[in-house]
Amino acid sequence: MIEFPPGLLLILGALPVPFLRGPLRGIWMLALPVAAFALLYSLPDGNHFPISAFGQELELLRVDALSRVFGYVFIIAIFLGVIYSLHVRAVEEHVSGLIYAGAAIGAVFVGDLVSLFVYWELTAIASVFLILARRTPEALAASMRYLIIQVGSGVLLLAGLIVRWHETGSIEFGHIGIDGAGGVLILLAFGIKAAFPLLHNWLQDAYPQATPTGTVLLSAFTTKLAIYALARGYAGTEELIWIGVTMTAFPIFFAVIENDLRKVLAYSLNNQLGFMVVGVGIGTELALNGAAAHAFTHIIYKSLLFMSMGAVLHRTGTVLATELGGLYKSMPFTTVFCIIGGASISAFPLFSGFVSKSMILSAAAHEEYYFTWLVLLFASAGVFHHSGIKIPFFAFFAHDSGKRPKEAPLNMLIAMGLASILCIGIGVWPSALYAILPFDVDFRPYTDSHVLAQVQLLFFSALAFTVLIRTGLYPPELRCTNLDTDWLYRRLGRRLLVRITSAAGAVQARFYGALNRRGQRFLLQLYRHHGPQGVLARTWPTGSMVLWVALLLFAYLFLYFLDIF
Amino acid sequence: MTDHHETEVPMAAPDEAPRWLDRKANVTKVAWALYIVCAVVILLDFPIHRHADTSFDGNFGFYGAYGFIGSVMLVLVAKNILRRIVKRPEDYYDD
Repeated sequence: MIEFPPGLLLILGALPVPFLRGPLRGIWMLALPVAAFALLYSLPDGNHFPISAFGQELELLRVDALSRVFGYVFIIAIFLGVIYSLHVRAVEEHVSGLIYAGAAIGAVFVGDLVSLFVYWELTAIASVFLILARRTPEALAASMRYLIIQVGSGVLLLAGLIVRWHETGSIEFGHIGIDGAGGVLILLAFGIKAAFPLLHNWLQDAYPQATPTGTVLLSAFTTKLAIYALARGYAGTEELIWIGVTMTAFPIFFAVIENDLRKVLAYSLNNQLGFMVVGVGIGTELALNGAAAHAFTHIIYKSLLFMSMGAVLHRTGTVLATELGGLYKSMPFTTVFCIIGGASISAFPLFSGFVSKSMILSAAAHEEYYFTWLVLLFASAGVFHHSGIKIPFFAFFAHDSGKRPKEAPLNMLIAMGLASILCIGIGVWPSALYAILPFDVDFRPYTDSHVLAQVQLLFFSALAFTVLIRTGLYPPELRCTNLDTDWLYRRLGRRLLVRITSAAGAVQARFYGALNRRGQRFLLQLYRHHGPQGVLARTWPTGSMVLWVALLLFAYLFLYFLDIF
Repeated sequence: MTDHHETEVPMAAPDEAPRWLDRKANVTKVAWALYIVCAVVILLDFPIHRHADTSFDGNFGFYGAYGFIGSVMLVLVAKNILRRIVKRPEDYYDD
């Protein structure tokens, strides 16, 4: 048995990719996640790869039930992502995708905060190339904003771990909590990547700017790594419930009025993270199982949804709702896969979201967080509204745009098909997923009352959509920009910066102006005396020289006689 | 976001045969099917005793009413309040 970190396998495996050509490259890239999966499957629980450095133990491969769930789903995500992007020729996208996935998987299996920090920053740096590869000015600008915020999260993590090291003498990545300053800093670092309210907007800003294939990978790793880290370090931290509740509710309002369908998905991704954060905050076995299970199902159905919109973008060059409609006529398979993703995120019975989200809702009700439970229920109806209905409706149905793009490429269809099979498979047979959760599962999703309650909620939410559309009350899709917290740095911050720099520039100009004038005057003086016409630059006749010397000597003699010296 | 595309997206042929959903009457049929399903699932509250998680969700029609009212609220608030505050021209940040 080989004991090697599966994340490192992907990172090292990415390096030869640029030198491989044709089908060999595809086969190699598909073999990597398969090998990583087999490796993880063969690893027993425990700490396999300890390294001693600067008097601390670095644990590069700690396998336990919690890391295993996230490890498996991350490997599935990169496998699907590789299939989905097989047609892409740009090699930098493949390499950065594999390194990004490897870094996320590596981070899940480390047992200390220093190693976590290294992988944490690597996910940021590797993933930015997936946005840059779009090669538009907007993508370039968004990728730089993304990079600054992601690296900033890493810097906070580093600061937090140093403070915590000082406080506790340990860099172990176990339960952290918010008792010390280090814990608060680390929570903030995790919170940025988990897209906590007000720290969230990098997600909606950057993800819609990435390439069709890049967004699929982005949607899987960064935020769920943060959820894993929260579950590891902050389980049962009650503040997270309130943060999570806010996260489930406010993004869906933005999703309703957003025109860019991949941005709609980014808002709904934010909302889904809220469910997981609530689960972590409640912190009971059922809630943590729910958070892990929901991360697992969510990665697959969210990838599926981003894949379907990526296929539309690939074929039509746009994902603006105003430009689309009627695509079901020429992209029927993509339509069906998108609807399966929509049904899964909406937690329809027999689809994957149902068997995971219901655990979190039940945990909230069990622990008598009734307000939380009500908001989660509202958010469930809301997510169906914008992800389950709005996405497929405006892309594939609604008013016919007249566009008849070709069906998605075969590799995209295969990836979407496999993701759909997983969505339905987990929904129908949840026991396999439940078997790998961190705690023993004593939860039955398919009871009469659970199923009926969910079906009623969803069908009446669909009814609301239908009534609003047919009465014309539904807001029309508009080509516009909707402000979010990115306004603070893209407009207000920029304006302030421009104002400050122009004020500073004026002061600088005055200073240098004065300096310049003085300098010029000095130079003029110098010129007057020493220039070609200057008194001191004249060539003196020898006679006048002698006269001056004689005069000087005379003066000296005179003074000598006066007995001054 | 719109990408520059070298190849134009194919458009519908002028003689394309209309699909089943292209007829308004059929869309109305779909809507009616949904109304009927909604009526059926809400009436299932009578034969199926829902085990309530809380003190209030056991009431008849709770989930249906909550789903409907919640969704309508969501859309109307987003449209009439949020959009008024945050909507800007498409090129707002391009300067």
